[in-house]
Amino acid sequence: MTLTRRELILTLLGTPALLSAGCSESPRLPPAGELLGQSWEIGHRMRDGFRPQPNADQWQDVGVAIIGGGVAGLSAAWRLKQQGCEDFVVLELESQPGGTSRSGRCELTPYPWGAHYLPVPLSHNRDLIRLLDEMGVVESLTDDGSPVIAEQFLCRDPDERVFVNGEWIEGLYPAIGASDDDLAQLAAFRKEIDRRSAWRDATGRRAFSIPIRHATDDAEVLKLDKLSMAEWLRQYGWTSPRLHWLVDYSCRDDYGLTAEQTSAWAGVLYFAARLKEPGADHQLLMTWPEGNGRIVAHLASQAGTRLKTGVAVTRIQPYAAEHQATNTTNRFLSGTALAAGNSPEDVGPGSPVASAIPLKVSAFDTVSEQPIGFRAKSVIFAAPQFLAPRLIEGFAERTGRTAEPFEYGSWLVANVHLSRRPRESSFPLSWDNVIHDSRSLGYVVATHQSGNDHGPTVLTWYHPLCDDDVKAARQQLLKATWTDLADVVLTDLERPHPEIRSLVTRLDVFRWGHAMIRPRPGFITSEQRRKAAQPDGQIHFANTDLSGIALFEESFDHGLRAADEVLSKI
Amino acid sequence: MSEDSMNRAPLFLLYLNVLIIASCGLVYELLAGTLASYLLGDSVTQFSLVIGIYLSALGAGAWISRFVDERLARCFIEVELAVALIGGMSAPVLFLAFSSVGAFRAVLYGIVFAIGTLVGLELPLLMRLLKEHLDFEDLVSRVLAFDYLGALFASLLFPMFCVPRLGLVRTSLLCGLLNAAVGLWGTYLLRPLLSSRGLSGLRGRACLVIGLLIVGIIKADSLTSLAEERVLGEPIVYAESTPYQRIVLTRNARGFQLHLNGHLQFNSVDEHRYHEALVHPALSAVKSPRRVLVLGGGDGLAVREILRYPSVESVTLVDLDPGMTSLADRFPPLAELSRSSLKDRRVTIINQDAFLWVGRETDISRNTLASGSDAAGEPDASAFPLNNKFDTAIIDFPDPGTFSVGKLYSTRFYRMLREHLTADAVISVQCTSPLVAPQSYWCIVKTLESVGFHVRPYHAPVPSFGEWGFALASAAPLPEKLSLSPELIGPSRFLTNTILNSMFDLSPDLARVDAEVNQLNNQVLVHYYDQEWGAVK
Repeated sequence: MTLTRRELILTLLGTPALLSAGCSESPRLPPAGELLGQSWEIGHRMRDGFRPQPNADQWQDVGVAIIGGGVAGLSAAWRLKQQGCEDFVVLELESQPGGTSRSGRCELTPYPWGAHYLPVPLSHNRDLIRLLDEMGVVESLTDDGSPVIAEQFLCRDPDERVFVNGEWIEGLYPAIGASDDDLAQLAAFRKEIDRRSAWRDATGRRAFSIPIRHATDDAEVLKLDKLSMAEWLRQYGWTSPRLHWLVDYSCRDDYGLTAEQTSAWAGVLYFAARLKEPGADHQLLMTWPEGNGRIVAHLASQAGTRLKTGVAVTRIQPYAAEHQATNTTNRFLSGTALAAGNSPEDVGPGSPVASAIPLKVSAFDTVSEQPIGFRAKSVIFAAPQFLAPRLIEGFAERTGRTAEPFEYGSWLVANVHLSRRPRESSFPLSWDNVIHDSRSLGYVVATHQSGNDHGPTVLTWYHPLCDDDVKAARQQLLKATWTDLADVVLTDLERPHPEIRSLVTRLDVFRWGHAMIRPRPGFITSEQRRKAAQPDGQIHFANTDLSGIALFEESFDHGLRAADEVLSKI
Repeated sequence: MSEDSMNRAPLFLLYLNVLIIASCGLVYELLAGTLASYLLGDSVTQFSLVIGIYLSALGAGAWISRFVDERLARCFIEVELAVALIGGMSAPVLFLAFSSVGAFRAVLYGIVFAIGTLVGLELPLLMRLLKEHLDFEDLVSRVLAFDYLGALFASLLFPMFCVPRLGLVRTSLLCGLLNAAVGLWGTYLLRPLLSSRGLSGLRGRACLVIGLLIVGIIKADSLTSLAEERVLGEPIVYAESTPYQRIVLTRNARGFQLHLNGHLQFNSVDEHRYHEALVHPALSAVKSPRRVLVLGGGDGLAVREILRYPSVESVTLVDLDPGMTSLADRFPPLAELSRSSLKDRRVTIINQDAFLWVGRETDISRNTLASGSDAAGEPDASAFPLNNKFDTAIIDFPDPGTFSVGKLYSTRFYRMLREHLTADAVISVQCTSPLVAPQSYWCIVKTLESVGFHVRPYHAPVPSFGEWGFALASAAPLPEKLSLSPELIGPSRFLTNTILNSMFDLSPDLARVDAEVNQLNNQVLVHYYDQEWGAVK
């Protein structure tokens, strides 16, 4: 089913196109732009049986093959290198690393294509503080080990505003016209969040902590995962539309789900895990013009030439599977490992035999259009779980796991290049600009953090597709044309900025088919999620979806954990 | 034509015509004189010239009238419409012409002469139209009486109503509208004297002129709104909306004033107090200032003071708005006031946001401004080389009323600025009023201190602003006592050595109050400023 432009606007924005200014049949579109997206072409070819086999001379030996150059994969590489292990490759399908933290740039400024901020980590997240310190972001540590972040990396004030009833107001809470009851409910909500952030279990673990690995497994806390965030609010008798909007916005922003769809455990986590102590403000946000692309760039520079982009992994064959499939002898494999210059210790006595037997990672270099292969002692599978059964031979049979419980939402992101800032009179342009009555999340301003307040700029506009039927929504998104999507973006921006169409010089649209794991009720506490992080022989798993929520901290944590698992066996 | 065709009622209406024509004529003359004296200064010369040209043009018009033999009524209406168009558009056209000052005088005197000639044509034509119906004595006495009565009417209305309530542009357009209405009305009043041929064409032209003037009134609103003139309280003589700000110059009998986004930046009457107080303490504290940095200050008035030091070899001025740094080219009184300081060969002008300018080329900024993928990107060749650091910096930004200005008072900004300064460089900062906005004032002082500057707060009375605050700061300890350089060129009008040092004495009502440090991520200064000045306004 192909939707008309009007239907698409109605579906994505919830606004009939007729109500918007761009209601003419041929709306004014930007003079330039392109449609971008994840490289699903190779994925579709593989689904149709494309499995190029590398020739004998196209194989290389490597200690660790990291599949996926997103934050998890790059973090794993960072950890390996930090621990003195430099024998690894990172294989990334896209031409650019970073996954959903990737970024773009134009002459004026870099800009994000996905994740665009990171809250200052609490003192317990030492690894992340170390990474930030390495990036020159941390100025010093306080006595309790909390990082003091250099001013220029903290989100510059004004950080956020919301467009309500025809005007912009400071902050996110739509305070205009709030009744005493609304404000009382907001206060009660905050108090409850404070209480949740102060809670500790018998071993001193927080109820809500990021990375979530450090949070309690107390059943009282985990039972929040059984209900939705909206239900949780209603349990307290909180019905204020303003409060529900704030919470709903936060869920859509962080998880790509509405409050009705989000697990209450994940919903409360968003608010409670980033409070240092009860009564404290939400941890300050760090941001860069290119968003988390800055962290990706740092991690990628650490990986150096070991990061190979444009390489599509087509098959991962564990020894057993490969042995059965091709009947290749053990002797032959050991021989090549030695021949490739590995020291005898690697395969010699003392090391477990299993680690000496390479896994075979077949891949396809999309730039040279040549197959390429890696014989690796370990694999860190840092791609989303839905790819595991497709790429790892015998995965389902050995592990009994499927990708079924892992549900991924789609996102639409646009970078809108403007010849100048829109003219407006209420609260001024901020970093994050939210449109209250829209299904979009609004936009962030790429030039904000660099202090550039005049002239041309780039707005990065975000829209999570919160549909219950992820597949249908994804297909709809992938079918839409640039014209359709550009019009959706501009129709949304036109509400606060009626002149926007005359200011746009370029509009690029990115369609993220599998953007975010969805923490729907029950998923966080599911057995399948917990088991998914367990290694499959020499294959270790690292991805934010293993946490059930898509956060930089989770990706990073899984990357380090997987790297540590590999390191512990060397 | 018969006696009956023009009865006595229309005759009376014709006298009303005379009254309107005379009033409007004088208003155009007054407008031209006022505009000329606002824009060019020297009101005696300007009024004298305008009146002389206008009166001589009246004579020229009267003389030309003898060459009109036929179709007197039609000619009278055509002239009326021409006056309406030229007179009505005179003030807007003169404002626009003022942008290209070379042609301004030619346009001014051309318009005055044209209006004078046309008005001079009108009365003789009208008298000849009426002479068939009246005795000569009666005619002359009545027409001239109404003519002079109209002049009185106009001369009272102009200063008491037109200028204060309507502004110059609207006054001019409304008078034009009145003239055009008289012209259109004339086609009915003088109908018996007009041939039917071309009558509708004549009326069409009248309507066209009325339409044009109405469009002019609508456009004038977008140029300068009535509200803007009322708020500023003085007649607007120049207005321009640049991509960065609204630049408005007003003028009154005593001097002219610059407003940016509705905020007074200086009044030519007492700006010397402000600029001497801003510039000389810093330059006195530096032994032999050579390289001076000015941030903001696009009016060139601070630079005027800086150039009085013979030791100064170069002045680098960074101001966001090219519209501001070139204002003196379009507004000669400013060129005169600033002594064309920005044209001095020692001065380099950089039109950029000072935050971005101090950020480029410094090591500590590389992290924020350069991107991750090529963090050590090519340095911009146009950026200022860091081995040429400044020994003095004068910071003359607008008050921190918005976030985009507030960042220019942040710890981050001062840290980046320090990278451009020599170890013992001295800076001075304009810091809003310590009396009206004590928390804002002391927030700036504390922010300067927090980045390691030694700070000496000081103040000066500037009547147009009130009690005004500044801060002298340096990474090295500041001298206790200052004295003006003996080499200073020209006399100071405000500062003496005694006054220079007394500015550092703060009265108890200016005593320090508690305030937070202004950082990019809290912008407390903007919030303080908003509260403190908001309470006043």
